[in-house]
Amino acid sequence: MVSLKVNGRTHSVDVDDDTPLLWAIRDNLGLTGTKFGCGVAQCGACTVFMDGKPLRSCVTPVSAVGDSEITTIEAISGKEADAVQAAWTARDVPQCGYCQSGQVMSAVALLTENKKPTDRDIDLAMNGNLCRCATYVRIRAAIHDAARTLEG
Amino acid sequence: MTVHDQHLSRRSLLKGAGALVIGLHLPQAARAQSGAGAAFRPGGNATFAPNAFVRVAPDSTITVLIKHIEFGQGPFTGLATLVAEEMDADWSQMRSEHAPADVKLYANLAFGVQGTGGSTAIANSWEQMRKAGATARAMLVQAAAQAWTVPASEIKVEAGVLSHGSGKQGRFGEFAEAASKLAVPENVPLKPASAYRLIGKEGAVKRLDSADKSRGKAEFTIDIHAPNMLTVVVARPPRFGGKVASFDAAEALKVKGVVDVKQIGSGVAVYADGMWPALKGREALKVTWDESAAEKRGSRELIAEYRALARQKGVVAGSHGDAEAVLAKAGTVIEAEFVFPYLAHAPMEPLDGYLQWDGSEALARFGSQFQTTEHMTIATVLGLPPEKVRLETMLAGGSFGRRAQVSQHLAAELAMVAKAIGPNRPVKLVWTREDDLSGGYYRPLFVHRLRGAVKDGKITAWADSIVGQSFFLGTPFEAMVVKNGIDATSVEGANELFYEIADFHCEVNNPKVGVPTLWWRSVGHTHTAYAVECFIDELLQAAGQDPVAGRLALMNRHPRAVGVLKAVAELAKWNGSGPVDGRARGVAVVESFGSFVAQIAEVSLGSDGEPKVHKVWCAVDCGVAVNPDIIRAQMEGGIGFGLGHALYGEITLDQGRPVQANFDTYRSLRIHEMPEVEVAIINSTEAPTGVGEPGVPPIGPAVANALARLGQPRPRQLPMVGGTV
Repeated sequence: MVSLKVNGRTHSVDVDDDTPLLWAIRDNLGLTGTKFGCGVAQCGACTVFMDGKPLRSCVTPVSAVGDSEITTIEAISGKEADAVQAAWTARDVPQCGYCQSGQVMSAVALLTENKKPTDRDIDLAMNGNLCRCATYVRIRAAIHDAARTLEG
Repeated sequence: MTVHDQHLSRRSLLKGAGALVIGLHLPQAARAQSGAGAAFRPGGNATFAPNAFVRVAPDSTITVLIKHIEFGQGPFTGLATLVAEEMDADWSQMRSEHAPADVKLYANLAFGVQGTGGSTAIANSWEQMRKAGATARAMLVQAAAQAWTVPASEIKVEAGVLSHGSGKQGRFGEFAEAASKLAVPENVPLKPASAYRLIGKEGAVKRLDSADKSRGKAEFTIDIHAPNMLTVVVARPPRFGGKVASFDAAEALKVKGVVDVKQIGSGVAVYADGMWPALKGREALKVTWDESAAEKRGSRELIAEYRALARQKGVVAGSHGDAEAVLAKAGTVIEAEFVFPYLAHAPMEPLDGYLQWDGSEALARFGSQFQTTEHMTIATVLGLPPEKVRLETMLAGGSFGRRAQVSQHLAAELAMVAKAIGPNRPVKLVWTREDDLSGGYYRPLFVHRLRGAVKDGKITAWADSIVGQSFFLGTPFEAMVVKNGIDATSVEGANELFYEIADFHCEVNNPKVGVPTLWWRSVGHTHTAYAVECFIDELLQAAGQDPVAGRLALMNRHPRAVGVLKAVAELAKWNGSGPVDGRARGVAVVESFGSFVAQIAEVSLGSDGEPKVHKVWCAVDCGVAVNPDIIRAQMEGGIGFGLGHALYGEITLDQGRPVQANFDTYRSLRIHEMPEVEVAIINSTEAPTGVGEPGVPPIGPAVANALARLGQPRPRQLPMVGGTV
């Protein structure tokens, strides 16, 4: 049994210590917004927040999480999350949509740290998130849109 | 008929598939599937279902049943647009969901079976969906006319509201039940284009799936959970054509959460109560493979063989004049040999599928791209009559051709996995990224050997010898698809050109190789466009001509190709290739799947020596532009997809084993490598054609042609960066 704090609740999960957080979240807690894309921290589809910072859940064993607070796409909230998700919808960013949970998580993390990211900042913050549909033009535009919204 | 007959190859294949399946199973299946469709209540609580596509609920929401799988290319929005236009609905009323598998109701009209491919979704639905909407509207109007006792001709419909000059008005939902009791009218007239409020209108329509996909709420196959469900991964042979010789499951079965291990046709399946135990179980499994019949050649050997074959006689795929005679007499023959690697589709969601059955009935749920044949395959493997098998199409995390399986291997494996564990154990089969990239069904490795001659500033001869696998040879489709020895998917885009060249010849060799291959977003054009558009550029350069003006002078008979080339030149303010300030521009123009796309890429060389693509201008002519913003999105995405693979993508075989197993080695385009993109859509009244694939082919050659103007050789072997062979 492993204890995990996910989206504000503490769960007891019956998995081995080496189980990646991704699979505990998806298979045991039924939170499937966080996606599997590579299993080796190369694509970012599995991005969650650990204590507010983006983390690749596919390579993070549950034993490494400890008391940290995990937040998944299902529970992100606040003005950055609202601005990002509104911009994503307004721009029609998603195509297949499979990577977009991870993209949104990385974008929210960026805007939480940096209210007015440059293109270079966006490149650095987002280049760990692959999109095989190549929606990158709109991801970039939507992050700038969200930043403008946050500026008020 | 256009030069490159748009979907000849895929159409004939699927017509073939239809004939095959229908021959084997259809009479029963047709009954069955209609029954399954009735049991499932598409459109939820809808009370008005005038046809197979439109459902109107009492709350006035309109659900359109989409016969094409949505994996990003936009049919949920595009087909709903066609219905909404004719219904005069408000866009906020519109919903979309996948239609059930039912070949009688939901066949792709270009194929004759239910399936998606060849960028045909809008093209084959253009009339069908507008008629579905117009019929629904007529019946709602009639119902209102009866309720209000006024002539139907006096009723107006605007933004989902029916109204009459007397002041009466109401929404669709109020008349849904009454409309459902009316006879369905025939031949309801369609709107003239001048009356469109949604089709072709900027900003009139937003994607119906953006909000859920931005919130992690869209459900994909991998997200399916069911009581008692087992997650299954399969150990497959490391070389193509290998088989299980023996296996020892003792250690695997000791892994906590592993429930069972079974041999199936494609390998050894590990069943567990979650993905991680399944993966650990597979890791602990010991399998001995029989590789006596496996393909053991590597990419290096195949390329050498293909290069040699390119110098032998092939099957003539296109010819006029006498190119060999002109080349023999030419002072200088310009030669270029292009090598294209195997490529994986690598959709973000790897292959997966869910199946539950109780021994007498089954429900399969997955990202099915060829519903009719996959439904039949599952029924056949389970030994069930087709009417006892339901297939629900799920949203899929990309495909790029990977889910359109000639071999039906995923559907077959899913059914085998379920059958092997027995009834009443729902299974979710999941491929990992390693399974995906090592699992074959690649874009085939190809070689093009081109020779051309230039005299007095004019191109006088062109000869192309193409070598690569056909993914139909050796399949049951061979007899149907390969005509006179020519598999159109090997030569499309190369055996007839826009460019008028007096002496022209194109041949093809399709060697047999034991590597499973498959169409990959834009199919033959993935290599033919690169070879043709690089070589024409090279010949024009040798002839001292401008890449745009030189092309235009040779393509007078192709006004739509001329149109996009002129439009992109105007958009980019073309003034020669440069370079200016270290940046050069390259151009390419390609017709694929009936759509015309021209692109100009502005490129410099980065400090690391890698090409840096700064901006791409793109002009597209796809006939009537139903959803301009989705067309733009598909051009942006097609450019990114094509660019990423031209720059970095390769699957290399070493003694038959795929070398690249994950995104650390199968390099994929990332955000900092994505150029700015500007798209112009040609205003057209031609019937609409597709946009899912046609954005892909021009970008590779446009970048190569820009590199040539930076003093670099045009890359002769892809990928441009970091190739390992």
